[in-house]
Amino acid sequence: MTTHNWTPDQPLISIRDVHKSFGDLEVLKGITLDVRQGEVICIIGPSGSGKSTLIRCINALNPINSGSIKVEGQEVNDPKLDKLALRKKVGMVFQQYNLFPHKTALENIMMAPVKVLNEPVDEVEQRARKLMKRVNLIGKEDAYPGELSGGQQQRVAIARSLAMNPDVILFDEVTAALDPETVNEVLLAIKDLAQDGMTCILVTHEMGFAREVADHIYFTDRGVIVEHGPPATFFTEASDPRTQEFLSQIL
Amino acid sequence: MAIKLDNSQTDLPVLKPFNYSPAGQPGDLQFSRWLAEVPPHGFIGLLLLACLWPVIAAAQSNFTTTQAFEALWRWMPFLLTKGFLLNVVVSFLTMLIGTIAGILLGLGQISPINWLRRSCWFITQLFRNSPWLVLLFIVMLAFPFEIQIGDTIIPIPDWMKAVFGLSLPIMANIAEVVRGGVQSVSTGQWEAAESLAYTRQQTLWMIILPQCFKRMIPPWMNWYAILTMATPLISLLGVEEIITLSRQAMESEDNHPELLMPFFGFSLVIFFIYCYPIARLTMKLEKRFNVKG
Ligand SMILES: Nc1ncnc2c1ncn2[C@@H]1O[C@H](COP(=O)(O)OP(=O)(O)OP(=O)(O)O)[C@@H](O)[C@H]1O
Ligand SMILES: [Mg+2]
Repeated sequence: MTTHNWTPDQPLISIRDVHKSFGDLEVLKGITLDVRQGEVICIIGPSGSGKSTLIRCINALNPINSGSIKVEGQEVNDPKLDKLALRKKVGMVFQQYNLFPHKTALENIMMAPVKVLNEPVDEVEQRARKLMKRVNLIGKEDAYPGELSGGQQQRVAIARSLAMNPDVILFDEVTAALDPETVNEVLLAIKDLAQDGMTCILVTHEMGFAREVADHIYFTDRGVIVEHGPPATFFTEASDPRTQEFLSQIL
Repeated sequence: MAIKLDNSQTDLPVLKPFNYSPAGQPGDLQFSRWLAEVPPHGFIGLLLLACLWPVIAAAQSNFTTTQAFEALWRWMPFLLTKGFLLNVVVSFLTMLIGTIAGILLGLGQISPINWLRRSCWFITQLFRNSPWLVLLFIVMLAFPFEIQIGDTIIPIPDWMKAVFGLSLPIMANIAEVVRGGVQSVSTGQWEAAESLAYTRQQTLWMIILPQCFKRMIPPWMNWYAILTMATPLISLLGVEEIITLSRQAMESEDNHPELLMPFFGFSLVIFFIYCYPIARLTMKLEKRFNVKG
């Protein structure tokens, strides 16, 4: 692999002028942002503005057309990229949970560390049980995803991602598919992570939550970052009319 | 709904749209559904009725229906042990070869390697849409009747060639079952596995196939029943299966027209008795897996 002299005082993720098209449709039109270690950033914006596409580019689920994404100094936009090595560092949680339905909650959490990282089973199991406790799901170890509520499934998905010991986790509207009653338990789990120093990139529509946990908020529209800032100023001093309109609709 | 939306948001080659042919969908069990719905008593009643036909048509002949049935009775063990057994053996071997080749071909169709995916798709379409009899004749004529390995000459009997010929369309249809099964698993599963750093192979074997394996069993059995029913085709190539032997038997009984219905009717009954339970089981499994899946 290419050597990269990344040190923790540099941004963990550094995105520079990223362009991405699906056929003729340009979805990302020059995105630039930095995420430092331990930082929590929220990306908000109207539907179709390219939020999901952006974070899926970070773990190379989507290839980009031009620009640069560096994760711990490693260039993602590189044909020789070791995608597996990248994905071991970057966890992801999806809107639709995407748990493996033929495996129990505990197996869902254990599988990747055992099969992908080749870690010893009993060590992984200990860690998995601790994670189940951390996301407040004791007693559900042997339940299949189909037997769990949406909120419970999403917390298993968070634990599954954590089990890989990633350096950063991407959350793509992880509460959007949930019943209102279960949204909070998932947000609490994420907040716990954030306070613990996990670097998080959250795409969300939960403005209250964003305000509470985010270190920095980015507002995207039609493939560009229109406005960004720390929550204290972002919500009160948004100057762009598009941001104002979006906030007035959602708050 | 939301899962559908996700489908449109990926660069995975698995998700590239394929031309779906209604005949190729794994959930399509038309044949088994039809067969499973036949009431057994109704079918046998119809056959008995049909057996009366020669009585009316050839009433003045001195060869009676009773004699025809007596002849059938004498030939029955021979037809079963020499004839139908070969049909069963051919169907087993064809299914074995067709399944193995079909799995490879089906997985080839979802390969990320472009040329492999395209050629597997082409082969599948070619053999899936060709008349079985044409494929049989081609294999029959194109295959040597013996192969020489060193000094030993291995003869290839006709029934073996028939197995190869029937394996081609079965392979193509099983490939469709496999491909359809794999694609029936939501793309979110691929993405989740990918984002956990699974390799493509690991994702396929540990995550995707275990989820769709059960769903592929009913259509696989459906194709087995269709294949078994199609094995008499090989009598046209002179393979000594039940229909060829029935004709030979009738010949040695002086070809009385009264023999026609009992002998061919017997074949029908045998195929029905063999395939009917398979069709019933297919529908039962389909229902069970659908409820759970
Ligand atoms: N695989 C794909 N192929 C073609 N177009 C795509 C694909 N994925 C996304 N798009 C398009 O890119 C645009 C941005 O999509 P994206 O999912 O990133 O938006 P989003 O901001 O996450 O929206 P939402 O809030 O609805 O999730 C949309 O117009 C979408 O239709
Ligand atoms: Mg999205």
